[in-house]
Amino acid sequence: MTAIARARAPRPDPFLDIDSYDPEADLMVMNLGPQHPSTHGVFRVLLYLDGEIIIKAVPYPGYLHRGVEKLCEKLTYAQITPIVDKNDYVAPMLNEQAVNMAFEKMLGVEVPPRALHMRTLLAEIQRVASHLLWLGTFAMDLGGALGGGTSVFMYCFREREAILDLFEKLTGCRFHYNTHTVGGQRHDIPAGWAAEVHRVLGAISDRIDEYEAMLSHPIFLKRTKGVGVIDAQLALELGLTGPLLRASGVDHDLRRDAPYHIYDQIKDLKVAVESDGDCLARYKVRVVELRESIRISRLLVDNVPEGPICGGRPIKQPGQFKAKAGQVYVGIETPRGELGTYLIAGGGKMGDTPYRLKIRPPSLHALAVVPYVFPGHSVSDAVAILGSLDPIMGEVDR
Amino acid sequence: MSELMLNPWIRALFWGLVMITGVMTVTAWSTWFERKFAGRMQSRMGPTLVGPLGLLQPIADACKLLQKEDLVPDSADRALFNLAPVLTVGFAMGVAAVVPFTPTMLAADLDVGVLWLLALSGLMVFPTWMGSWASNNKYSLIAAMRAVAQGISYEVPMVLAIMVPVIMTGTLSLSDMVADQQKNGWLIYRLPLTGLIAFVIFFLASLAEANRIPFDIPEAESELVAGPTTEYTGMKFGLFYMAEYIHTLLSSAICAAVFFGGWDGPIAPGLHWMLLKSVILFVFLTWVRWSFLRLRSDQLMNLCWKYAVPATLALIPVTAFYTVYAAGKGGV
Repeated sequence: MTAIARARAPRPDPFLDIDSYDPEADLMVMNLGPQHPSTHGVFRVLLYLDGEIIIKAVPYPGYLHRGVEKLCEKLTYAQITPIVDKNDYVAPMLNEQAVNMAFEKMLGVEVPPRALHMRTLLAEIQRVASHLLWLGTFAMDLGGALGGGTSVFMYCFREREAILDLFEKLTGCRFHYNTHTVGGQRHDIPAGWAAEVHRVLGAISDRIDEYEAMLSHPIFLKRTKGVGVIDAQLALELGLTGPLLRASGVDHDLRRDAPYHIYDQIKDLKVAVESDGDCLARYKVRVVELRESIRISRLLVDNVPEGPICGGRPIKQPGQFKAKAGQVYVGIETPRGELGTYLIAGGGKMGDTPYRLKIRPPSLHALAVVPYVFPGHSVSDAVAILGSLDPIMGEVDR
Repeated sequence: MSELMLNPWIRALFWGLVMITGVMTVTAWSTWFERKFAGRMQSRMGPTLVGPLGLLQPIADACKLLQKEDLVPDSADRALFNLAPVLTVGFAMGVAAVVPFTPTMLAADLDVGVLWLLALSGLMVFPTWMGSWASNNKYSLIAAMRAVAQGISYEVPMVLAIMVPVIMTGTLSLSDMVADQQKNGWLIYRLPLTGLIAFVIFFLASLAEANRIPFDIPEAESELVAGPTTEYTGMKFGLFYMAEYIHTLLSSAICAAVFFGGWDGPIAPGLHWMLLKSVILFVFLTWVRWSFLRLRSDQLMNLCWKYAVPATLALIPVTAFYTVYAAGKGGV
């Protein structure tokens, strides 16, 4: 059995012989990362190569660890929002929502309908921005920094910039908004914002057709079809969520299956499912989601109910929320999958800070497929697969 | 003057100097053009700050590259590491010697110009391989393997494709080839489809040899950092880049000469036509580069051995039969 055939055969556990590298086997050991153009941040994969074929891949995350969860234990509930913004820095709105939903559930704070509506709207617009960024970087992984890939990248960034401008009009920040708070929102929708949203999203939905046409090219299909297949079984075992899981044929979307915010009012929410589980399927799922999110956003922005944007008392001092001892879990659907927040409150003297805040980042689980899927592929494919997983190292390492 | 120019040595010296200066200059500003073009394609501005329209950008780039620290990795093979960039530019420039811009404006009117051209293109693999191997870097090593595989594979369809013009015109000299086209019509349309297919394959093969997208597999920034040039800094890196552009420009010029009738054209002087055709082909190359994704190396090999080589193999007998038939009827 050659090394390549062995790698292509089903492998029960790629981690079993994790550090037993046999120098006699004539493999080349290569570090992909941590400083590498295609690792989307700082992520290291140790590749054992036979020629260009990967025999074994061992991922080493952790280069971007900032101790966010520990830091959250020292901050009061009202202070945590801006910290978690930096976790998934491509979709910060959803990070804010996740922690604040957990706090509200723990503290028993009611969120007014207008704020809930705005949260849904912001989440969907943010999803558009996030998927656009993914589309651009994925094309760049396939096409190089000096070529057609960059063209798609530039177009996608142009559209994303328009969305960031929308958010800037709303919150004053392009990126790390700090607009959610315990009990609702901090910034109300400014006058004329809805028209802007319609203009921007309308333009984007027209242009997505063009990008799709640009990418429905034989070279793109050749590079993605059948590459990096994750079957449904593996996806479920590794805890994949979001587009990755749906691309593997599992019809699961928290927005529909465990609705939060006002998702239960959106009756015809279309969930994209593909069965192939390869890079092409992941691309297709995300493009459908892009269109669907645009449609929902345009629907929601016209029907924002009147009323207050923040429930409960206005926040005067950081430590004004006191939690009783207990624990909650909140999961929401981010562009990358289920972002879970598990909160244990101490109660009593420790009532104004979380005792433990555990964040379940979808990207960390996505990276768990690396040792299963990389073997048998070439280095070029590895880059394509890594790109299709859409990992955000900020939330992987926290 | 004209008597002097009849002496092949003096002519070679004169046009050689003109070519080197000219090609270097054009190469420098072709980078400016490419950046402007790519900028426009991607709805940005391209270089704007240095000089009017950013026209002095190539000079600024050269100054920057010259100022960079000249690093040689400790574990590198110094001699080979330093030799590779020089050779790569040397081989790329060597091709310029036989490119016929006008009947008189060519450095060396070789009887075997086509052979010279193919030989130098074949040699282009060596400096890439040499530099990558000498760098002692794993990314470079993979890149070198890819470059060699790609260079050697695409040599085959390239040689076979250029056989079509050689059979049709019955000469290995590039200037005679153009003269023949002036008399009997351009090769691209002289024999329906055959010339066109030969051109497409020759063009693709020269793209592959110049490592341009969609065939920039050895360089593959997103996979192999910078491929063969990963460990190179400053002007040595610059030389590799220069060689790539020289190769691309000269490939366009050769295609223009071999398939599009070179200096043949109405009204304007021959040189204008030759340059115009070359520039159109170069723009086309740039356009392709900024709109396509990259193939994988095994897919590239498939394209070469399963499509390009059989197609060219089929073209040669077709062309040969046609040429014999036409000769029997009293010339093309």
